[in-house]
Amino acid sequence: MKILVCISNVPDTTSKINFTEGDTKFDTNGVQFIINPNDEFGLTRAMWFKEKQNAVVHIATVGGANVEPTMRKALAIGADEAIRVNADPTDGFFVAEQLAAIIKDGAYDLVIAGRESIDYNGGMVPGIIASILDMNFVNTCIKLEVEGTEATAVREIDGGKEKIATTLPLIIGGQKGLVEESDLRIPNMRGIMMARQKKLSVIEPIAAIHATKDTKFEKPAAKGSVKLVTSVDELIDLLHNEAKAI
Amino acid sequence: MSVLVYTESENGKFKKNAFEVASYAHEVAQKMGTTATAVSFNASENESLGNYGISKVLNIKNDELKTFNAKAFAAAIQEAAAKEGAKVLILSSSADTKYVAPLLAGHLKAGYIPNVIAAPESINPFTVKRTTFSNKGFALSEITTDVKIVGVSNNAFGSIENKVATTIEDFSPTLNASHFSTKSVEIDKVVGKATIADADVVVSGGRGLKGPENWGMIEELAEVLGAATACSKPVSDLGWRPHGEHVGQTGKPVASNLYIAIGISGAIQHLAGVSSSKVKVVINNDPEAPFFKAADYGIVGDAFEVVPSLIEKLKEFKAQNA
Ligand SMILES: Cc1cc2nc3c(=O)[nH]c(=O)nc-3n(C[C@H](O)[C@H](O)[C@H](O)COP(=O)(O)OP(=O)(O)OC[C@H]3O[C@@H](n4cnc5c(N)ncnc54)[C@H](O)[C@@H]3O)c2cc1C
Repeated sequence: MKILVCISNVPDTTSKINFTEGDTKFDTNGVQFIINPNDEFGLTRAMWFKEKQNAVVHIATVGGANVEPTMRKALAIGADEAIRVNADPTDGFFVAEQLAAIIKDGAYDLVIAGRESIDYNGGMVPGIIASILDMNFVNTCIKLEVEGTEATAVREIDGGKEKIATTLPLIIGGQKGLVEESDLRIPNMRGIMMARQKKLSVIEPIAAIHATKDTKFEKPAAKGSVKLVTSVDELIDLLHNEAKAI
Repeated sequence: MSVLVYTESENGKFKKNAFEVASYAHEVAQKMGTTATAVSFNASENESLGNYGISKVLNIKNDELKTFNAKAFAAAIQEAAAKEGAKVLILSSSADTKYVAPLLAGHLKAGYIPNVIAAPESINPFTVKRTTFSNKGFALSEITTDVKIVGVSNNAFGSIENKVATTIEDFSPTLNASHFSTKSVEIDKVVGKATIADADVVVSGGRGLKGPENWGMIEELAEVLGAATACSKPVSDLGWRPHGEHVGQTGKPVASNLYIAIGISGAIQHLAGVSSSKVKVVINNDPEAPFFKAADYGIVGDAFEVVPSLIEKLKEFKAQNA
């Protein structure tokens, strides 16, 4: 089985969010970048397929040279090869078209992407890839098993979960649950050394549409201070009469 | 050139968000000088959409579509859009629509903006406001393609009554076996309980509750309030609660009217998921817990004392206000 894991390079979850250039750009100053958490679960699941079912695992990222440290981390975790599309990932449609071209060329059986990137929260890349390539698709995937060309996936739905049967080639939008948190891997020294030798190809983007653009950013208004109460009676009264929440 | 809205239903009944997206579609249609059409799957009471400004309902009656199937639903919505010549499609933010929307976007070569929190700022260019960075920021985003898809955040716009005359037209989309290449084999869902996605009130517990055996009081409080239950990430990682209840940057977003956080510290990743909630109440024994900075109301106290007493008092309050 040949697997592609789509990796997005996102600000660390503890990052303070600021904007710059007249609030038209995300301020990367002092921000640490990481593998998108949803993708990290997917990458770890791919490692399981590599170890248990001899799968070959590639990763792909759309981004400038600045994303390479994140890609090297994915290689250090155990991916075999990496592909970088040399373009700014400013629009989900554009990113999906780039990845779809790689998937088509590479004839991947299984594509693991994240449910969404935690920065722009577009949640569209795996689904758009699925529609461009007419691949089977399971979103918000929290479990995945593959036997030959048969796949069984579980996806999270509002208020529960749904088991889905389908076949390869398949793309999933993965998330927490795909593997246990405790199974996530931290690259060790040997992995980091090996990652340096692994192939990281850089390709130029194909012509593709840009369907959306962010023209301006804003931060939420500062919050007023909390009203502390000492009794539940007072709380109920405030929730009823002031906040009108009950 | 009408606006098309996908109104979700379950067991024949519209979900609460169906009326919200219908209201949103009506608003967009007005701004564009056109009307709003809904596409509805196996719903009874299609007329009720007329109360929210929908002047036409394309009514699909198809047993194969009784269970949600993303690919088949996307094909049906796409065909409805073509039939209506719709250039703007409106969807909710449920797990199902977030599954369908990108498929539609790909097929229609349409720009898709999810997590939209207000009516478009302008129609030309088509500009909407949405949340980004897991609710730590907002973006004004422009959709530049001919067809546009908008995913409305839960509870952001509200259901707004706007009675119009409605026609209901039967609609049979053309589907084939390839649309069912993913098959639902089992659905495991809590019935009759509010879900985090559409509950007005959410009661959430953190590691401060010490163990799963203490969740009885969280459930009881939720029951008194007609609320959904939720939790912080470590709680679901520890297996005290199901993964689907985990709220935050890597979990679910909550956009309820009231969010009650009990024994949750308020780490930045957790707060990211709750900032769209209108009123936040925190119960925590540590006055320094960061959650107090993000809350509207707070009680510094031991959850094991505060919560049982809150349950009692709320029961009395409900009895008096019934
Ligand atoms: C990549 C990444 C992603 C993450 N995503 C998320 C996410 O989506 N959602 C999320 O929730 N977290 C997330 N986290 C984890 C987050 O950083 C915190 O660790 C987590 O939110 C803490 O959960 P908690 O508040 O339940 O537990 P704790 O931090 O242990 O806090 C428990 C709180 O309970 C209080 N308490 C203890 N006993 C009592 C009592 N008897 N009565 C009242 N109060 C009491 C304590 O004072 C404390 O404030 C993420 C972390 C990382 C690294």
